[in-house]
Amino acid sequence: MRTIDVSEIRDTVRMLCIDANTDLGEDVVRAFGESLEKEESPAGKAVFEALLQNAKIAREEKSPMCQDTGFTVVFLEVGQDVVLSGGSLVESINEGVRQGYRDGFLRKSICDPFTRANTKDNTPAVIITDIVEGDKLKLTIAPKGGGSENMTRVTMLTPSGGKKAIIDFIVQRCQEAGSNPCPPVIVGACIGGTPEKAAILAKKALLRKIGTTNPDPELAEMEMELLTRINNLGIGPQGMGCRIFALAVHLEKHPCHIASLPLAVNICCHASRHKEVEF
Amino acid sequence: MKKVTPPLTDDVIEDLKAGDQVSFTGVIYTARDAAHKRLVDLLDKGEDLPFDINGAVIYYVGPSPAKPGQVVGSAGPTTSYRMDAYAPRLIKAGLKGMIGKGKRGKDVVDAMVRRKAVYFAAIGGAAALIARSIRKVEIIAYEDLGPEAVRRMEVEDFRVVVINDTSGADLYDIGQEKYRIA
Repeated sequence: MRTIDVSEIRDTVRMLCIDANTDLGEDVVRAFGESLEKEESPAGKAVFEALLQNAKIAREEKSPMCQDTGFTVVFLEVGQDVVLSGGSLVESINEGVRQGYRDGFLRKSICDPFTRANTKDNTPAVIITDIVEGDKLKLTIAPKGGGSENMTRVTMLTPSGGKKAIIDFIVQRCQEAGSNPCPPVIVGACIGGTPEKAAILAKKALLRKIGTTNPDPELAEMEMELLTRINNLGIGPQGMGCRIFALAVHLEKHPCHIASLPLAVNICCHASRHKEVEF
Repeated sequence: MKKVTPPLTDDVIEDLKAGDQVSFTGVIYTARDAAHKRLVDLLDKGEDLPFDINGAVIYYVGPSPAKPGQVVGSAGPTTSYRMDAYAPRLIKAGLKGMIGKGKRGKDVVDAMVRRKAVYFAAIGGAAALIARSIRKVEIIAYEDLGPEAVRRMEVEDFRVVVINDTSGADLYDIGQEKYRIA
């Protein structure tokens, strides 16, 4: 057994909320640089130049790279030999979010779905927990903006549709999303599971570093094919027409029911924010 | 680069074409979904809006909070289609320009053609960079909406691109058609 005090989790959540929103991952920055070289039109190149400049300003000033500092999604992997002491885990996470969004001058974007009244502190966080073996705890903070999140779709395909139906749906989703999700984007998708499992794994797929492929060769090949087809749509960064709409496609799969072929697609804007700490 | 200063006249508007790079200097107003709903409610009741809408430009933005010493926090555009339900009404009332990102619905494009208005896009997500072109910010209505309050913004060399002009042309359609590989 290993004991972790929830106050440590609170303080880490606070720090990660600020870091994630101000310090864009090196893999994303590198992808911007490579895309600047590859992009064909001056307008497309100008977008990547602006995004590189924006990431630099955000990091240096510790300002949010995007004004939409997102819904705070927290992925927790809790070892089954961990004991959490000192109070409520959920409350400590929400208090970390509250402090991080206050102290980091991050926008509070969470509201009641009917009255639209803002909760004023960006809580509650959405907490997705996996219980795993061992005595470690991994905490990932992944704030997600509304513009790209609104492009998410979950569908239940017919198994007879197979790979073609899966690929066609993802390409079509990108076509329909167009300029809305702030391209260049990362396309996350999960094939299989149940609808809710697929939705979670599609979002989790966005946490993978750009430049890595799924270790399953079949999925890796599908990722390549999808990236080509999606970028052939000609949407380009910001949607004004050019080569690079997607920086990467990340696929996951999960066993599903014999009657079903669930598919979830979650598109992430270029402000692909996630930071993690292992206790 | 075409330099413009609101309020915009029909002459200025008609000179702007889809794909044009435009630099704004002067006063623009901010509003998102919740503020749009209230603005349209005021028009329905025949009451005055919190700012003069004739020739005005609305920027679809909800900035992050300013740090001490900052004029404004990060301030990039939000997705525009959420304002489509309200935009034709505001265009009819005199609105001439909208700045956001993402495609507009047919009703909005039709209203822009009929009443001579233009839709511009700023770079979505380049919010820390865009904030550098904002010189002064003042909340003028709906403070209770927090980030969604209506703000008067003084900008200098705020760079945008014309997406929809008064002929009904759409840069997203034109650009994507040009680069699509069948």
